[in-house]
Amino acid sequence: MDLLTPSLGLLFWMSLAFIIVLVLLKKFAWSGILKALKDREEFIERSLKSAEDAKAQMSDLKADNEKLLAETRLEREQILKEAKDMKEKIMSDAKLSATEEGNRLISAARAEIDKEKLKALSDIKKQVGELSLEIAEKVVRKELSDKDAQQALVDIHLSQAQAN
Amino acid sequence: MYRFFVAIALFVTSFSAFAGHNPENEGKKETFNAGEVILHHVMDNHEIHIGTLSIPLPIILYSSERGLDLFSSSRLSHGDVYNGYIMEHEKIYFVGDNGEVARDEHGHITASKPFDFSITKTVVGLFLTIGLMLFFFIKTANGYKNRVGKAPKGIQAVFEPLIIFVRDDIAKPSIGKNYEKFLPYLLTIFFFIWIGNMLGLIPFIGGFNVTGNISVALVLALLTFIITIKNGNKDYWKHIYNTPGVPWWLKFPIPLMFFIELIGFISKPVVLTLRLFANITAGHIIILSFVSLIFIFNNLYGAGAGIGVSILSIAFSIFMFAIELLVAVLQAYVFTLLSALYFGSAVEEHDHAH
Repeated sequence: MDLLTPSLGLLFWMSLAFIIVLVLLKKFAWSGILKALKDREEFIERSLKSAEDAKAQMSDLKADNEKLLAETRLEREQILKEAKDMKEKIMSDAKLSATEEGNRLISAARAEIDKEKLKALSDIKKQVGELSLEIAEKVVRKELSDKDAQQALVDIHLSQAQAN
Repeated sequence: MYRFFVAIALFVTSFSAFAGHNPENEGKKETFNAGEVILHHVMDNHEIHIGTLSIPLPIILYSSERGLDLFSSSRLSHGDVYNGYIMEHEKIYFVGDNGEVARDEHGHITASKPFDFSITKTVVGLFLTIGLMLFFFIKTANGYKNRVGKAPKGIQAVFEPLIIFVRDDIAKPSIGKNYEKFLPYLLTIFFFIWIGNMLGLIPFIGGFNVTGNISVALVLALLTFIITIKNGNKDYWKHIYNTPGVPWWLKFPIPLMFFIELIGFISKPVVLTLRLFANITAGHIIILSFVSLIFIFNNLYGAGAGIGVSILSIAFSIFMFAIELLVAVLQAYVFTLLSALYFGSAVEEHDHAH
């Protein structure tokens, strides 16, 4: 049957045309298209990978940052605590030393006062003694200028001595 | 009214073969021969019919006696004799001394024939298909060249998924790691068959039946066969002449396995040819048959029956068209997939005995 019989002319044209189109397309279409597709797929894969890497790096960085932040916070707290402690210590030291100094000053002043007081007292005593002596001298001198009075005084003393 | 419906019927189903035959049928309405019309369409012709228009094509003949001859097919239309050639049923013969084609007493033609390398309807369809392919894919390739690293656009976006489909779903799984070598061929046959099939479904351009022609299908199958043989490795041939893993008595004294493998080997291109040819031709025949029903009923029972049947006929032929659109891509897929599987079996490396 004609329908099932291959014809020579068609076999010839088909072979020729198909092989030509195969060669042309291979050279001018498929190689370029397939290469472009491959390149693009590789590019996408690379991009995805680098995005993944960047993400990992980011999370690393974030973790680092957090760690750093936590450390810093800890350090700050420590510093603050130390400062507070130091302040308290300084304050208490200052208080203590001030008290001591005050006490010392007070006691020194007191000692000085006592000393001065004693000195003054002894001065006063001395002066009183001298004054008394002077007075006594003056009195005695005056008394001794009067015989009667002398006698009377002797008498008084004697009487007192007798009475004792 | 009748003419209007016929026009619609032709527009929807539109195979120019009818229109080409109309002038002959006008005087003798009852002689509409559906079988002849359909065969006329699915077979090769030396002219293209578009509506009532008949486009002559170049005829190229070669014979050792006459050498090369080139002339228009209009010279041989209606049984005319030109330059000592005559055409009967699309076959060209040498004219005898009496100006007639030589016949025996039963009326069978005994005249000798020159080699016919004419640019027939199918060859025109073939060139059209190839021209479309070159246009589409060089344009697509230019898209990649001009827009490096950018998203596909236009025709590039149309063909890219199909190219990737052929690569990732046909070539890669069927062939394995050496698939890249076969990819240009697989892509070319896939798109050749698909575009050829689609061309056959386009109405009003002459009714091409490129991929449904057995010569075209045969060349494609033979190319697959030749590439398979050329790339067959030691394991591939060993599987044919000394199949491993079968009992020895299947090979000796009668080499039964060898014959079975040989039949399998030879039947592959035959099956490829017949599957493509039969599927596409059958699709054309079914659609044409549905359309022919209108004319058959019209001739048998008058215009009323013709119009009545046309509604049903057109509905069925639209349905068939939809199926043929699917078949067009399916046959391209099947042919490409089987070719890829054959290539895969040729280059497969076995490191185990089975």
